[in-house]
Amino acid sequence: MSSETKQILTTDGIPLEISLKKAERKNKIKAFLLVAPLLLFLIITYIFPIGEMFTRSIDDKMITNMLPKTFKSMETWDGKELPSEEVFASFLSDFKILVEKKEHGKLAQRLNKEKNGFNTITKKLFRQVKRNKIDETQSIKEQIMKVHKRWRNVEYWQAIKRTAPPYTSAKYLKAMDMYLNEDNKITQVSEDRRIHRILWLRTVEVAFFVTVFCFLMGYPIAHLLATLPMKYSNLLMICVLLPFWTSLLVRTASWMILLQQQGVVNDFFVLIGLVSDDNRPEMMYNKVGTYVAMTQILLPFMVLPLYSVMKTISPSLMRAGKSLGGTPFVAFWKVYFPLTIPGIGAGCLLVFILAIGYYITPALVGGASGTLISNQIAYHMKTTLDWSFASAMGLMLLGGVLVIYWLYNKLVGVDNIKLG
Amino acid sequence: MALPKYTETRYRIWHYFYIAICTFVFVFLIAPLFVIFPLSFNAEEFLVFSEGMKNLDPDAFSLRWYKDMVYGTKNPWGLAAKNSFIIAIFATLGSVILGTVAALGLSSRHMPFKGIIMATLISPMIVPLIISGVAIFFFMAKAGLAATHTGIVLAHIILGTPFVVITVTATLSGFDHSVTRAAASLGSNPVNTFMKVTLPLILPGVISGGLFAFVTSFDEVVVVLFLAGLENTTIPIQMWTGLREQLSPTILAVATCLIVLSTLILISAELLRRRSERLRGINR
Repeated sequence: MSSETKQILTTDGIPLEISLKKAERKNKIKAFLLVAPLLLFLIITYIFPIGEMFTRSIDDKMITNMLPKTFKSMETWDGKELPSEEVFASFLSDFKILVEKKEHGKLAQRLNKEKNGFNTITKKLFRQVKRNKIDETQSIKEQIMKVHKRWRNVEYWQAIKRTAPPYTSAKYLKAMDMYLNEDNKITQVSEDRRIHRILWLRTVEVAFFVTVFCFLMGYPIAHLLATLPMKYSNLLMICVLLPFWTSLLVRTASWMILLQQQGVVNDFFVLIGLVSDDNRPEMMYNKVGTYVAMTQILLPFMVLPLYSVMKTISPSLMRAGKSLGGTPFVAFWKVYFPLTIPGIGAGCLLVFILAIGYYITPALVGGASGTLISNQIAYHMKTTLDWSFASAMGLMLLGGVLVIYWLYNKLVGVDNIKLG
Repeated sequence: MALPKYTETRYRIWHYFYIAICTFVFVFLIAPLFVIFPLSFNAEEFLVFSEGMKNLDPDAFSLRWYKDMVYGTKNPWGLAAKNSFIIAIFATLGSVILGTVAALGLSSRHMPFKGIIMATLISPMIVPLIISGVAIFFFMAKAGLAATHTGIVLAHIILGTPFVVITVTATLSGFDHSVTRAAASLGSNPVNTFMKVTLPLILPGVISGGLFAFVTSFDEVVVVLFLAGLENTTIPIQMWTGLREQLSPTILAVATCLIVLSTLILISAELLRRRSERLRGINR
C-alpha cells in the first residue's frame, strides 16, 4: 500500500483542490464586483479629493515656477552676504517675464507673506522696469540696489531663497501659531496673535465636555429605557428618536428661542427667583449656548448604543448580585456597570467624533467665544479664500478623528454601529 | 418601576432622585421641539410668548406666518422646498442602489479585505462634515459640477450611502443564504433570485437605509453651503441664512412643518424596524 493518498479528481479530471480554489476565486471576484461601483465612486469623488487637500496644503509651486532662473542661480549662494551679480541678473529677467504676464502682483503678495515690506519694493522695481530705466549693459546688481534700500538688505534675499522649495510646511505651522524664522527654525508667533491654538484647545475641550454631559445624562435614561416594560419604554423611546430624526437646524433654532434673553429658560429662572428680571444672564452667543445645544443634539447618539448594550444584560444578574449580599449600589457597580462598558465606549467615541467636527450649531449659537476649529476652516474656505490653509487645518482635524475612528474600530467595530 | 415595600429609606430617596433625573433628561430632549409649535402661530412678530398667548386669547394666535411661508412675495421657500425634494429623492435613489449592491458583496463570506473596505465605505459618516465639504467642493469644482443639482445629488449620495450600507448589512447578517441557493437550484438566475427572493426579504432594511439617506440629504447644510449657487438653494440653506440674519416667525412655521415631516419619518422607520425584526425572526 502506498502512503500517499490518492488525489481526488472531479468528474472532468481536474484535481478537486484546484477546482475548489477556482470556484473560491470566482466567488471572491463576484463579491468584489458588487462592492466595486460604490468603492470606485467614493475613491474618485471623495478619497482622492481628500488626498488633493494634502497636496494643496503643502503646495508652494507657484513661486517656484515664477522665479525659475533666480532659484537656479541661488543654489550656489551661501546666503550670508548679498548674492552675486548673476543672481540679480536672473532675478531681473524672471521679473520681466512676470511683468509681461502681469503676474508681478502675485509675486509681491507671496513674498510679502514671507517677509513684510516686499510689496513696496516690488512695486518700485516694477515702475523702473516698466519705464525701461534699467540698463542691461551695466551692473544690474547696482541698479536694483538703488531702487530701494531694502534691496540692499540681505534679509530680503534670504527670504526669497526660503521660498525656493516647491513644498512648504508653513500652513501646518501657521495652524499651530508657529512659523519658520530667518534661520529656518520653528518659532512661535507673538503672544497676541496666537489664535489657532486657542481654537484647537477649545474644540477639544467642548467635544470632551459635551461627551461627558451626554454620558451623564444618557446613562440614566438608557438604563430606564432598558429596564422599563416594553409598552412604557417604547413610548419614552420616541423622546429619544424624535430629536434624532428632526432637522439639526430646527433643533438649533429652538435652542436659539429658548436661550435668548427674553426666552423661556430665562423666564423660568426669573419665575423661580434665581435671577432678577432686569439682570437676565446671556446664555446664547457664548460657550454656554454651544454646550447646551450640542449636548441635546448629540444625546441620542449616546443613548442608542448604551440602550442596545443594556438591553442584552439579563436582569437576573443584578438579582443574583443582590442575593449574594451586595447592596444595590455594590451590585450595580460590580455587576451591571462593567457589562455596559462596550456601550459606553461606543457612545462616547461616537459623540466625541461628531462633536469635534461640529460646525452649524457653534456658528449659530456660539458667538465669538463659542466658535470651534470647523468654523475657522469654513471662514478660510469662504471668506479669505486661503484654501490651502483651510485644507491644512482640515487634515489636522481629520488626523485626530481618524485616530479615534481607528480606536472605535478596534473596540467596537464599524460594522457594529447601530442606527435606531 | 414600583418599589417593593421593604425598601430602605435611602434607596427610596435614591430611586426618586433617579426618576427625577430621567424626567429632566427626557424634558431636555423633547421640550425644545415643542416651543416651536405655539410660537409659529404667534400673531405678532416677536419670538416670545406674548401676554395674549399666555392667557390663551384666540386673537393672539394666527396662521399669518404659514401664509407668509406659502404666499410671501419674496419668500424663497417654494423654490427651496422643490430643490430639497428633488435632490433628496435622487440622492436617496442613488445611495440605495449603490449601497445595497455594495452591502450584498460585503456580506458575502468570500469578500476579500472586508475590514478595510467597510471602513472606507463608512468613512463619509465619520469624517467631519466640514472636511467632507471641502474635499467634495474641490472635486465638484474641478469636474465643473459646482452650483449644479447634479453636483449636490452626487455629494449627498456620498454622504448617504454609509447609512444604507450599515442598515442593509445588518439586515443581511440575519439572512438565511440557503433560500438563495434553493432558488439557484431551481434554475433561477442571480438577478431573478435577487429581485424575487432576496430583495423582498431585506426590503425593510433597504427602505430604512433609504430613509436615513433621505433625511441626511434633506437636512444637509454644511456641504451644500460650499456647493450651492442661488439656483440650488435648499430648505436647510434658507433656514441657515434666516437663522444667521434674523430669526423670523416664518422660519418657525417652516420648522414646524419639518418636525411634522420628521415625525412621519420616525413612525415609518419604527414600523419598518418591527417588520424587519419579525421577518428575521421567521428566518431564524
